Amino acid sequence: MSSDRIKIVWIYPDLLSTYGDQGNTIVLERRASLRGIPTETVHLRSDEPVPADGDIYLLGGGEDRPQILAAQRLRGDGGLARAVQSGAVVFAVCAGYQLLGHEFGGEEGQPVAGLGLLDITSGRGEQRAVGEIVGDVAAELNVPRITGFENHQGVTRLGPNARPFAKVVHGIGNGDGFEGAYSGRVLGTYMHGPALVRNPGLADLLLRWAVGSELQPLDDSWAGRLREERLKAVVG
Amino acid sequence: MSDLPLRSQLAVALGRTAAKMSRMAGRGDGSVIGGRVGLRLDPELLTRLAKDRKLVLVSATNGKTTTTRLITSAMTPLGEVATNAFGANMPTGHVSALASAPSARYGVLECDEKYVPMVLKETGANVVALMNLSRDQMDRAAEIWLLAGKWRRALEASPTSHVVANCDDPLVTWGASTAKSVTWVAAGQHWREDSWCCPECGGPLDRQDTDEDSDWACRQCHFRRPRPDWTLKGEVVTAPDGRTFPLTGLSLPGRANRSNALIALAVVAQFGVPPEQALPLLSQVTSVAGRYTTVEHEGRSIRLLLSKNPAGWLEAFDVLRPAPGPVALSINAQGPDGRDTSWLWDVDYRILRGRPVWVTGERRIDLAARLEAAEVTFTVVDDIDQAVMAVPPGHLDVIANYTAFQNIRTRYGRVV
Repeated sequence: MSSDRIKIVWIYPDLLSTYGDQGNTIVLERRASLRGIPTETVHLRSDEPVPADGDIYLLGGGEDRPQILAAQRLRGDGGLARAVQSGAVVFAVCAGYQLLGHEFGGEEGQPVAGLGLLDITSGRGEQRAVGEIVGDVAAELNVPRITGFENHQGVTRLGPNARPFAKVVHGIGNGDGFEGAYSGRVLGTYMHGPALVRNPGLADLLLRWAVGSELQPLDDSWAGRLREERLKAVVG
Repeated sequence: MSDLPLRSQLAVALGRTAAKMSRMAGRGDGSVIGGRVGLRLDPELLTRLAKDRKLVLVSATNGKTTTTRLITSAMTPLGEVATNAFGANMPTGHVSALASAPSARYGVLECDEKYVPMVLKETGANVVALMNLSRDQMDRAAEIWLLAGKWRRALEASPTSHVVANCDDPLVTWGASTAKSVTWVAAGQHWREDSWCCPECGGPLDRQDTDEDSDWACRQCHFRRPRPDWTLKGEVVTAPDGRTFPLTGLSLPGRANRSNALIALAVVAQFGVPPEQALPLLSQVTSVAGRYTTVEHEGRSIRLLLSKNPAGWLEAFDVLRPAPGPVALSINAQGPDGRDTSWLWDVDYRILRGRPVWVTGERRIDLAARLEAAEVTFTVVDDIDQAVMAVPPGHLDVIANYTAFQNIRTRYGRVV
């Protein structure tokens, strides 16, 4: 954290905000605020330069064309890559996750160049993956079992410099039995939309990375009940 | 209809029998099954039934059932009008609607957004009304840029169809702008989160809103809002000839219904029904398939509002009784609702602060987590009855999504 507050940069809500992605900014702001940590959130439109001084950068989901446009503009801008080099946290869902990689599939499945900030390569799968997803998170991240909703046609392969975020218990994820990927403080997932709502532990991981220390626990009554209900509905 | 080929006549007759049996079995109004049977026997049935009729297709993310009803009402001076009044908005429903009104020379068909190209091709509809596109049930609905692109190709291939389109919605404008002839209607757009970018080139759209008008243009390319033929300012409609008409007599509440009424006026003008004749007919529509209905129960007047997606919630909030009027919200996530509740995070619920709010439905915990984050005080209850009995006698607004709405409607009487 570079100053007395966490600066959250929501990248391109005009292109990458298909379905409830705003929830992730709301959850981070709220969980920081409940601990007395102030936040500042920038809703960064795609015609604006990416600021270098963000602590957490969020990327949401998007349709094919907006995803391609977002990738082109972020490559041209270069700001996100510089922020990652200086240790910023990046959390990306669905289309945002894919475009962090080396390449992803466009409207006709054609390869489109991504940002290369995660060692992953995505393409278009045979079938759309739509439904609840549950996964057990890589042990070193110390995050409880994740629950979310996926809605994508992407298939993602991990290179040697990326680690799988979670092992799939229910759902499809990357298509190889794992879900999402991370490397350093850059983390992507196929759980789309407001993925942090049902996973307060994951929200706290991002906040921990940003502030650089442990956080006091919170009363998660509603988020906790929601999480339990969704996990029970899917895996019993 | 007597000039239908024998096979088609048989298809229609068997479809009707199937529909009747479905109704008798209490499985709904039978229009879907009836149409399915008919189409199975004669795949060309929709084309044949549409022949020699003047048809209107009505499509949008929100407001299509209501607008279909308004247009149908305003077209009654022309004679009998066939319509799928109950929201069966796919070809099976269209077949049923047309088959059950064999002598109607006119038809107004609500059409699911995805089916516009197919139904346009099969019916060669005379008028296509396109109103708005926004995020909706992403787990089963098409992505909207993709959808607008399909509308473009379909309209280009149907040069005899006239389009009535909302030019305040950039994506609808783009979707409609390949049509040979268009009436542009400034019907307004309040949900803008899906139209920050130019559908033509992806550049940023600049907006200019004044009390008088609401303009938009791409910063990078030629794409901009066409000049509207019909406009709506507050409650006053201006027709292409400059005459003005107040919408104050409408029975349906809110700005969304004023927009729907404006579209209806522009559509029926295509058939020669002038606004002064159409307006009293629009005012006769008081509720549409239960939407906006008020039911009386145990001394409470419960008004039912249907909202299926973020843009729809904005419009429901617009018609709520002022705070501190109580509100009950009910959310399900069955197939017709979309199984994904992510959209709750696109709705700005802060507007409900300072009211008593009751929360129910199968996904009430999702809603509770959302309202907690929006700092809205609420009470979670197991069913709508508990909410109704908890408020003092008087008015209660209920907002529910699709299957939740149907459950409540069934509970308190299916008033149409």
